[in-house]
Amino acid sequence: MNLEGLEMIAVLVVVVLFVKVLEQFGLLEASYDDSVEDELELSAVRHRPEGLEQLEAQTRFTRKELQVLYRGFKNECPSGVVNEDTFKDIYSQFFPQGDASTYAHFLFNAFDTDHNGSVSFEDFVMGLSILLRGSVQEKLNWAFNLYDINKDGYITKEEMLDIMKAIYDMMGKCTYPILKEEAPRQHVEIFFQKMDKNKDGVVTIDEFIDCCQNDENIMRSMQLFENVI
Amino acid sequence: MAAGVAAWLPFARAAAIGWMPVANCPMPVAPRDHGKRQDELIILNVSGRRFQTWRTTLDRYPDTLLGSSEKEFFYNEETKEYFFDRDPDAFRSILNFYRTGKLHYPRHECISAYDEELAFFGIIPEIIGDCCYEEYKDRKRENAERLMDDQEENKDNKLPNMNFRETMWRAFENPHTSTMALVFYYVTGFFIAISVITNVVETVPCGSTPNQKDVPCGERYTVAFFCMDTACVMIFTVEYLMRLFAAPSRYRFMRSVMSIIDVVAILPYYIGLVMTNNEDVSGAFVTLRVFRVFRIFKFSRHSQGLRILGYTLKSCASELGFLLFSLTMAIIIFATVMFYAEKGSSSSKFTSIPASFWYTIVTMTTLGYGDMVPKTIAGKIFGSICSLSGVLVIALPVPVIVSNFSRIYHQNQRADKRRAQKKARLARIRVVKTGMSSAFLHNKRNGLFNELLELPVMEQHLSKTASLLESQHHHLLHCLEKTTVSLLPTSTISNMTAHEFVDEQLYEQNCREGAVQSYPSCSPSLSSQEGPTGTCCTHQARKNPLPDASVPPTCQGALQELSAVHIQCSDQPALSTSRSSLNMKLDDTSRLNCKSGLITTAIISIPTPPAVSPEGDSQPLTSPSMQTIASSNAVKVSTL
Repeated sequence: MNLEGLEMIAVLVVVVLFVKVLEQFGLLEASYDDSVEDELELSAVRHRPEGLEQLEAQTRFTRKELQVLYRGFKNECPSGVVNEDTFKDIYSQFFPQGDASTYAHFLFNAFDTDHNGSVSFEDFVMGLSILLRGSVQEKLNWAFNLYDINKDGYITKEEMLDIMKAIYDMMGKCTYPILKEEAPRQHVEIFFQKMDKNKDGVVTIDEFIDCCQNDENIMRSMQLFENVI
Repeated sequence: MAAGVAAWLPFARAAAIGWMPVANCPMPVAPRDHGKRQDELIILNVSGRRFQTWRTTLDRYPDTLLGSSEKEFFYNEETKEYFFDRDPDAFRSILNFYRTGKLHYPRHECISAYDEELAFFGIIPEIIGDCCYEEYKDRKRENAERLMDDQEENKDNKLPNMNFRETMWRAFENPHTSTMALVFYYVTGFFIAISVITNVVETVPCGSTPNQKDVPCGERYTVAFFCMDTACVMIFTVEYLMRLFAAPSRYRFMRSVMSIIDVVAILPYYIGLVMTNNEDVSGAFVTLRVFRVFRIFKFSRHSQGLRILGYTLKSCASELGFLLFSLTMAIIIFATVMFYAEKGSSSSKFTSIPASFWYTIVTMTTLGYGDMVPKTIAGKIFGSICSLSGVLVIALPVPVIVSNFSRIYHQNQRADKRRAQKKARLARIRVVKTGMSSAFLHNKRNGLFNELLELPVMEQHLSKTASLLESQHHHLLHCLEKTTVSLLPTSTISNMTAHEFVDEQLYEQNCREGAVQSYPSCSPSLSSQEGPTGTCCTHQARKNPLPDASVPPTCQGALQELSAVHIQCSDQPALSTSRSSLNMKLDDTSRLNCKSGLITTAIISIPTPPAVSPEGDSQPLTSPSMQTIASSNAVKVSTL
C-alpha cells in the first residue's frame, strides 16, 4: 500500500487514539512520576507532645499554665506542629502595618532548636519558658542565639544588619518621622560601638552578655514581660 | 485581629525580648492584668440544651452578643447559666464559630431562620467560610427572587380609580380580568390561527384542470384569500392601534419585542397594497410575503410556554455563543482536512474548502445526507473522526441550556402556585382579623351589658376563657376608642363622644344607606326616652346629632354614632322580634349571649329603614329592630 503524506498522518492519529484507549484500560502503563508525591501527603505530620509531667519538669511553667498554653497551641495548629509559613502568618497578624515575615523567619529559627523545619509544642514551650521564666543570663543567651543567624557563636555586622532590617521592616512605611534608608545601618553602627569591645568586627557571647548587664535600660526591659502568662 | 491568634499574643510579647538588647531607649511600662482570673467554663443553656465553653473562647469576638457584656442580660441567677430561648440546632454552628473561627452554614437549615439567628447573636453573615459561602449566597438569592415575585404580583391588584386607558391596558395584559378582555384574547388568537392557516393553504396545489398543471390554491381562489388576508390584517391593525393607545408608555411599548412582531406581521400587507403591479419590485413583493409567517409569533402572547422558551434562549445566550464558536472552529478545521484529503481522488465533490463546509456540517450534526462522501482512505478516517467529535461538541452546552430552561419553567410554575396560595392565605388572614375585632366587640358588649344590668355575677359566665393577653388587648382598643373624639359639625362640647369600632359588614351597609338617606339631624327626644330597656345602653347610645345628607357616599368621614344593638345569632329566630328580648329574663339573656360562636358582633347600628322620615323621631322604633341585616338570622334589638 502506497501511503501518502496525509494518509500517514491519518494512520498515526488512529494509532495514538488506540494507545490512549489502552491506557484507559490500564493495559499500558503511563510512565509519569508524580504518583510518588501522593504518598507523602498521607503521612501528614501528627505530633503529640511528651507528657505533662515531663514538660513540667523541663520548663518552669505550672501544670495549669501548660494546659492553657497547649490548648491555644492545639487550637491554632491541630496537627501539633507549626511550620514556617503558619508561623509567619500568625506573627504577621500582630503587625499589620509592616512586613513581619523576615523577622518571623529568624524567630522561627530561634525556636526551632533541633532545626527540623517545624516547631513542636515542646520547642514552643521551652522557648517561652526561657523568655518568661528564665534568668537574665538565659534570656540574653536566647537573644544572642536569635541574632546569630548562622549559629557560629559570633554576630557579624551583616547578620546584625539583616536582623535590624527585619525589625525595621515590621514598622512599615507609615511612620513619623519617615524611616530613612540608612536607619538600620546607623543603628547597627551604634550597636557595634556599644557591644564590640575589642573592635574586631564581631560580637561574641561574652562581650554581649557583659555589655548588656552593664546597661541599665536593657536590664530593666528584660524584666518587662515577666507576667505575660 | 483574628480569633485564635489572640491566644498567641503571649508568645508574641515574649518574643519581643529579642528586641530589647538592640533598643536604645527605655521601654514603656507594661499594662498590668488586674483581676487575673483563671479561665472558667460558662454554661450556655439554649432552650434546654446545655453548651459549655471557656470564657476566653467567647471573648475572642467582642463585637458579638456572646463576646460582649450583652450576654449578661441573659444571665439566670438561680441556675448560674446564660439562658437563650433560641433554636439549639442553629446555635451549634454559632458556637463553633467561636471555637474554630469559621462560620459554617448548615445546608438543612432554612435560610431565613439562619439569618435571624445570626442577627440575634450579632454575627454578620459575610464571615461565612468559603466552604459554605456559595451555598448560602445561592439560597439567599433564591429566597430574594421568591419574595420579589410576591411583590410583583401585588402590583396586579386593582387600583381603585383607573381611567379608561388604564383599564384597557390591564385588560390587554391580563386577559383574565374581565370577560371583555377574555373575549378579545380568544378572538385575536382565533384570527392569528386563521391567518397562519391561510398562508399555508395558499400554497397547496388544489384541483388541477386537465389542460394545466397543478395550480396552488392561492392562485385559483385569489379573491377569497385576499379577503381573508384583509380581514385578518384589519383585526391585527385595530388591535395594535388599541394597544398603542392604551400603553402607559408609548415609546417603551413601541420598542418592545411583541410590538415589533406585530408591526412586522401587518406591514407586508400594506406595502403590498401600495406597490401593486409594479413589475420591478414584484420579486421583493414575494419576499415580503415571507414575513407574513411572523404572525405566528403573535401566539407568544397567548402561550406562556413560548415566552419561557424565549427567555431561556435569551438567558443562555453565552452558552449558545460558545457552541456556535466551537462549531465554527471545528467546521473550518475538518473542512480543510477533508478538502486536502480528497484532493487526490477523481470526481471528488470536495471542490473547495467552502464546498467542504457543507459536508462537515452535515457530518458533525450526524445528519449524513450522503450527497458528498469521501472516497479515499484518509478522507474516510478523518470523516469518522469528524462525526465523532461533532457529537461531543454539540452535546456539551446542551445540558446548560436545558437546566436553564428547567429553572425558569419551575420558577413560573412556582409563581402560579404561589398566586393561588396567596388567595387562600389572604382569606385566612382576613378571617383571623375579623375574629379578633369581633371578639373585642363582643367582649365590650358583654362588659357593658354586665355593667348596665348590674350583674357582676354573670361575669363568670359571659366572659369566656378570655386570656389575660386578650383582655389587655381589648382594654387597649377600648382606650383608643375613648381617645378619638368624634367631632361632628353640629356637635357641641357636651355632645362629644368617642368613635367606636364596628363590624365591617355593618360599616359598609351604613355607607350604602348613608348615601341613600338623610338622617334626622337631631333626635333629642330619642335619647330622653328611657323605657325599661332604655337604660341598657343609654350612656352608650347617647344620641349624636346625626350627620345630614352631606355625608360623602364613600363614608370617609367620621363614623356616626349608632343606636341599636345588633346581635347575630344563628339559632334563635324566636328572639328576632324586638327589643322585648332585652326584657327577657336574665337567664334567657345569658343564654342568648352565651350561644354558639356566631354571637360575634354586638354593634350599634343606625335604624335605617326608609320608613324613617326626617321627623320620625318617635316613629316606629320597632320596625328597625325587626329588620334583618344581610339576610341572616340577625337579631336587631333596638335600644331606644
